Amino acid sequence: MKVLMKGNEALGEAAIRAGCVHFFGYPITPQTEVPEYLVKRLPEVGGAFVQAESEIAAIHMVFGAAGVGIKAMTSSSSPGISLMAEGLSYIAACELPCVIINIMRAGPGLGGILPSQSDYLQATKGHGHGDYQLIVLAPSTVQEAVDLMILAFELAEKYRNPVMVCADGMIGQMMEPVEFPGEGRGDPLNDNEWALTGCEGRPRRIVNSLYLTPEVLQEHNIKLKKKYDLVAQKEKRWEVYGGVGNFDLLLVAFGTMARICKSAVDQLKQEGIRVGLFRPITLNPFPIEACRGAMDGIVPDGPVLTVEMSMGQLVQDVKLAAEGSRSVQLHGTAGGIVPSPDQVAERVRELLGKAEEKRPAEVLPVNPGWLPVCEQAQADGVPCSEVGRDCEICERAYH
Amino acid sequence: MATTEVVMAGFGGQGMLLVGKVLAEASLQFGKEVSWLPSYGPEMRGGTANVIVRISTEPIGSPVVENPRGLMVMNLPSLEKFAPRVQSGGVIIVNSSLIDRDAEREDCIVLRVPARELAREAGSDRAANFVMLGAYIGATEVVPAEAIEEAITREFTGDKKKFVPVNTQAFRNGLEQARKAVEGSPS
Repeated sequence: MKVLMKGNEALGEAAIRAGCVHFFGYPITPQTEVPEYLVKRLPEVGGAFVQAESEIAAIHMVFGAAGVGIKAMTSSSSPGISLMAEGLSYIAACELPCVIINIMRAGPGLGGILPSQSDYLQATKGHGHGDYQLIVLAPSTVQEAVDLMILAFELAEKYRNPVMVCADGMIGQMMEPVEFPGEGRGDPLNDNEWALTGCEGRPRRIVNSLYLTPEVLQEHNIKLKKKYDLVAQKEKRWEVYGGVGNFDLLLVAFGTMARICKSAVDQLKQEGIRVGLFRPITLNPFPIEACRGAMDGIVPDGPVLTVEMSMGQLVQDVKLAAEGSRSVQLHGTAGGIVPSPDQVAERVRELLGKAEEKRPAEVLPVNPGWLPVCEQAQADGVPCSEVGRDCEICERAYH
Repeated sequence: MATTEVVMAGFGGQGMLLVGKVLAEASLQFGKEVSWLPSYGPEMRGGTANVIVRISTEPIGSPVVENPRGLMVMNLPSLEKFAPRVQSGGVIIVNSSLIDRDAEREDCIVLRVPARELAREAGSDRAANFVMLGAYIGATEVVPAEAIEEAITREFTGDKKKFVPVNTQAFRNGLEQARKAVEGSPS
């Protein structure tokens, strides 16, 4: 059954369903409903919630819980994720599974609290030091946030790697209907032969990231690289919207921006402008081949337009995918400004030199017309509001 | 694809986000796709707060809309901000208890509803938000009134169950007012 839930709360419930039993975090807008939800919910499933003294402490508590094999997570928003960078590097180095939510807000610095996608580079290429990577998943609806949250715990366990669910303030704050898969909960312990569970009767295990012998450290780096290559080979996810090809122009966007672009694609279709949308779901590994494949569906010399709530981050990966074969343009907003479908459509028309052909906006009925209409009402052009009733309703004039 | 949306705006504490949630819940139970997107700036009681609810037969692309088809405004700043953006032919519900200015939209259906007075008749001034919701439903019939009344019952449970009758009555007062007004005006 579908229930109406806020994105942040749905993420919390999805974590519970995935088997998460430990949460460590620190409040920050616009993600605070995640811990607010879990502080009530975790004790009900025998779990534990700790509000740490800082984000730095929170991520290191996750480090500890992950080290003993427990499914653990934290969540934060942009400035808080910056503070967690050091811990992320250590957790990845020690190959421990855990999940991090980033509900992105506008930066840099303290910035603002409104939605943004300006942590793209941080999530996919940045945060802590050293040769490590996170798997980064970007939901575009509240339902997808749920699905990807559950996937995040699975991938973390499978690859022994931190996984980040990267959404923004809009997904976190909005309510949409969601359905949770199944009734049961996942195992609260990660399947493992590496966790520190007490070594009585077996050889001891060590969770460590310090390798002072260069050859040994390089060996470790090569092992990690092989893992990231395997993830890149197996786990890329994406969506193409708007048809299979013959596009006048291809939009590339993720998360919130992608769903706004979908509305722009639909709008432009009515004007006879064929626009496709490529939406990476895994931001890391970036589905570069599929992105290039979608570009091959554009008419010759047709451009690519990357739409993002940042000053140009995703566009860097899109340019890599294009390898100079296409003109790749950026439509970027910042500061917490969320572009509307109209603004995206206008930019597309501009790029295609079709600004002149813009038709006046269609006047759409306030009443969407999905309520049944009785015969008399239909004759009068008046919708009836009630199902299976006599014509008493239709006596009301409707404009 | 059939879609509509309404912006509900007022002072923080006037309950626009709550009635938006009730509309979203009712629409979901009525089998529609729905999104509920609040403004979440540094809001506080007395500041402005708004929510946009979109209802559709198809999965909802953008939850943000520049030019909504419906608008409910509780206070003057909200009227000034949102009324010019409503689509031509749209519906604007104005809380006439607090707003004495005209919406200045000849091309829209504008209903002035004395929300506070109608709420007082229902038993509490604080139910003015449900009067407004009733007026919106009465003017647009976007979802059946019964679906809203069921959603009100589901929204107020436990300690809050006592608020069901007054809010339901307030909703009905708004509904009746709008239905009468719409019936009485020329098409």
